Amino acid sequence: MREISPLAGIVAEQFDDRGQQRQAAEFGMWIFLGTEVLFFGAIFLGYTLYRMAYPAAFAEAGRETLVLIGSANTAILLTSSLTAALAVKAAEFGRSRLVVRLIAVTIALGLVFLALKGYEYHHDIKSHFVPGDPLFGLSEHAVIFVSFYWAMTGIHAIHMAIGLGAWVVVAILVRRGRVVPDKTNTVEVVGLYWHFVDTIWIFLYPLLYLVGRS
Amino acid sequence: MSGLSSFISAASERARQTDLLFFSATALSGFIVLLVAGLIIGFSIRYRKNSNASRAELPPPLLREFETGWTLATVLLFVTIFGWASAQGFGAMTPAGEPLQINVVAKQWMWKSEHPGGEREINELHVPADRAILLSMNSQDVIHSFFVPALRIKQDVVPGHTEALSFIADKPGTYALLCAEYCGTQHSKMTGKVIVMEEEDYADWLSHQEADNSLAAQGERLFTTLGCSGCHGHSANVRAPPLENVYGSPVALADGRIVEADDAYLRDSILQPKRDVVAGFKPIMPSFAGRVSEANLLALLAYLKKKPQQEARDD
Amino acid sequence: MTDTTADSGAVETAETTDEALGRSYLSASGSTLSSWLFTIDHKRIAILYAISTTVFFFIGGAAATLIRLELLTPAGDLVADDTYNKLFTLHGITMIWFFLVPVIPTTLGNFLVPLMLGARDLAFPRLNLFSWYLNIGGGLLALAAIILGGVDTGWTFYTPFSSFYSNSYVSIAALGVFLTGFSSIATGLNFIVTTHTMRCPGLTWFRLPLFIWANYATSLIMLLATPVLAMALLLIVAERWFGLAIFDPTRGGDPLLFQHLFWFYSHPAVYIMILPGMGVVSEIITCFARRRVFGYTAMVFAILAIAVIGFFVWGHHMFVSGQSSYANLVFSFLSFMVAVPSAIKVFNWTATLFRGRITFEAPMLYALGFVGLFTMGGLTGLFLASVPIDLHVHDTYFVVAHFHYIMVGGMVSAFFGGLHFWWPKITGRLYPERWAQAAAIMMFVGFNTTFFPQYILGYLGMPRRYHAYAPEFQMFHVASTLGAVLLAVAYLMPLFYLGWSLFFGRAASANPWEATGLEWTTASPPPQHNFFSTPVVREEPYNYHPEGTPKDA
Repeated sequence: MREISPLAGIVAEQFDDRGQQRQAAEFGMWIFLGTEVLFFGAIFLGYTLYRMAYPAAFAEAGRETLVLIGSANTAILLTSSLTAALAVKAAEFGRSRLVVRLIAVTIALGLVFLALKGYEYHHDIKSHFVPGDPLFGLSEHAVIFVSFYWAMTGIHAIHMAIGLGAWVVVAILVRRGRVVPDKTNTVEVVGLYWHFVDTIWIFLYPLLYLVGRS
Repeated sequence: MSGLSSFISAASERARQTDLLFFSATALSGFIVLLVAGLIIGFSIRYRKNSNASRAELPPPLLREFETGWTLATVLLFVTIFGWASAQGFGAMTPAGEPLQINVVAKQWMWKSEHPGGEREINELHVPADRAILLSMNSQDVIHSFFVPALRIKQDVVPGHTEALSFIADKPGTYALLCAEYCGTQHSKMTGKVIVMEEEDYADWLSHQEADNSLAAQGERLFTTLGCSGCHGHSANVRAPPLENVYGSPVALADGRIVEADDAYLRDSILQPKRDVVAGFKPIMPSFAGRVSEANLLALLAYLKKKPQQEARDD
Repeated sequence: MTDTTADSGAVETAETTDEALGRSYLSASGSTLSSWLFTIDHKRIAILYAISTTVFFFIGGAAATLIRLELLTPAGDLVADDTYNKLFTLHGITMIWFFLVPVIPTTLGNFLVPLMLGARDLAFPRLNLFSWYLNIGGGLLALAAIILGGVDTGWTFYTPFSSFYSNSYVSIAALGVFLTGFSSIATGLNFIVTTHTMRCPGLTWFRLPLFIWANYATSLIMLLATPVLAMALLLIVAERWFGLAIFDPTRGGDPLLFQHLFWFYSHPAVYIMILPGMGVVSEIITCFARRRVFGYTAMVFAILAIAVIGFFVWGHHMFVSGQSSYANLVFSFLSFMVAVPSAIKVFNWTATLFRGRITFEAPMLYALGFVGLFTMGGLTGLFLASVPIDLHVHDTYFVVAHFHYIMVGGMVSAFFGGLHFWWPKITGRLYPERWAQAAAIMMFVGFNTTFFPQYILGYLGMPRRYHAYAPEFQMFHVASTLGAVLLAVAYLMPLFYLGWSLFFGRAASANPWEATGLEWTTASPPPQHNFFSTPVVREEPYNYHPEGTPKDA
């Protein structure tokens, strides 16, 4: 940690004290995550309804996803949640340098996840696992599963990218001493978001990779 | 059609029941609106700033009773209307007797119907009076809604679903048929008539119809069920050659040849679509070899020959 | 004690500090363009929103004008059918998402929520500014869709028309709505966190003004409903751009899923649009009747009940789309039940007048007009909640009249009422009262002339979204169009006299209406940090008759 910037840890003018500011930030993030639950809830609802309507087609198409990459990504993302949790813990103790390192590991794991996902997409496109592809080879309603596969993983990946961006910003702020980890709860708030994105994946993994494989 | 009566005359028992409910609700609402407006105006005059009406406070328990009173009254009133409306709604669901089933196909922007004997109509629907009619409705493209004001009924026709709508009309006459769900450019032109006739007039009318169980009619149905219309239709999303007037006309192919669209060409185009691709289009049509029987192929060809007249009638 | 608190016994402030004697928010941080575009002051952001929503209101109004002119004659002769379809889509999209949904929360709400809570700002000022940019970004996308050639799906974006049949700029418009949805979410989040964490000392939950409760409930709906719409629109865009099969019936998808998702947002959205109006009207009626609101607690619970039950009635938009009769039954019952708290509110507003000392300044005229029009809109809602009646009048002008009574008769009246009520607070100027009263009366008359005939049209069987219609309906359309002319004049008048008042209006005192509420205890216009020192609340809200205060009914 270098010298503390004069701005660090200052309470924004609309708040009375640090406690109120922390409470507002954490409460705000929880509410936002509630919104996100409804956002993903809509697409999970669609998936559930169609899977009930076309169980065989979903099983058939589900077997075509790359379970190895999906599983590896699950492990990677869970590990990144661990490092994120450790970063939050380190922040509580004011260990700025450790916070930055742990965030860096989290970011690295997130990037590996996205890279694997990108490779998987590449493979999917090559093997015509794409709705509207004229050489799409699966049975009639499998295209619905494939549509959900792309929509769900795509929207999740966008959330990952936003989370990574937030981590980068936090890491820079902490490193420059603009955020003093034990005085504000910035790290914790971004951590909450990261865990949420991770949790979404924990639902996506069985729905998209394990369905039809039992 | 003559005047407002083609819209608003109540042509079924159910329509009259709906009217009774509607006008009762209107009377009740009118009463409530007058009550609220009367109170507001009355209070506004009596308690205007400089009036000398009493401003003494009422005892709080009395105020609480007012609150409870009108809350309960409102709940009771609403539950009563709900009960009445729902009883009627459910009562109307099961018409008595074996219904006469008529198939209706909605498409941008027309209503087509087919009677049990194969008699077909466009934008007109002849039905006998005093007989349960069951409409079995499908849409070829987007959502439409079958709306006959004189019967006070409406049913959305959602593509991918077969929607049922039943009614018993009891008053002969000509009534407006409208599309009530916005369906694109000519939504407001997707109108027609429902002609309710006495039983014997209906039988007479039927006997003068050409039962269209012809090959071409079968072909037209296949054109939809096989999915041809999904690409070759009017408003299809995929760009495919239009087939109106195609039979017997010269077709420019991608390799520069010009051929006449005769039976053999059309047959080949269905079974081996990648062989002679029309200029300006991509070879994206799947082969229907093995998916369409010979009889069905003949029906499709018969339909394609007839297609110009068909579309002319549509407008 | 500063002199500004003298009007109300509700508040006690500590002694004035030197810094607080500073200038109002309008001049404190300069008047350069960038001082406005990068402001994080909730009051200035409210002004930014006021400007943008006004622009959208007049764009939507222009479309409505053309629609009414087209409908003067039965034949579709003024504009082509496609143009007409694009006009009503434009009217719906701009009016709903860029005017009605944001207008009260983001202008009056943004301005007043911190003031009424005794706070210096919202909890997340930067997020607040960001929400304006999202709103503008979404609005520009929607406008781009119109300039490029328009959208013809109707504001409802029903599939499969919107995803596979419409050849218009659906995706751009949908993304515009998507973006502005996130602006709603940001505003809602800000209000909820602020209300929870930043109330000033003594301001307990049951001392909150009803305007705060209304905005709180609205925010809850925004947070829980908007994301579902966002996902539904995103999936439509994915169908159009990438050929995904989600709602596509030709590949096994179900268009009704879209309708469920859409109405899961769009019915609660009706309450997003009306609840803030109810809050405004509660503030106005109490002030001009000089009465504590009748049944404060009942009013609070009515607001919350509307917000909660409002989430479970969306199926009444689908009575005729092939939903099961049992689902219809449940949705019908819940729709009747959601009307109960609305009725309670109407009775309580009326009872608030009882034994008051009523005066009829323009805000009060708007508020009383609101009560009448909302009552008519609400009662006709019961017609639509009854399945047999809905089978007849669904998707007809009856529905059009019903929701305009709620949205325009209700919400727009309430907004204009609130705008006049708080105008002196916001701008520090008084507007010409006579002109304002004339506009309020004209709006009421013009509104009824425009929309009452549409109830009859609907019952007669005139479907909505018809470019051309049967000649039998013409006289009702002529009446409607004549009313629309009055209405247009009534909407344009405030633009002039309020504009005039900005430059030539008399300066307003801190509390020109002698109203209660923390916002009236500070200067007009308020200083940059709202209060000279943190206020402390010691009394119940709406304490207009301190002698012999009745306990809550």
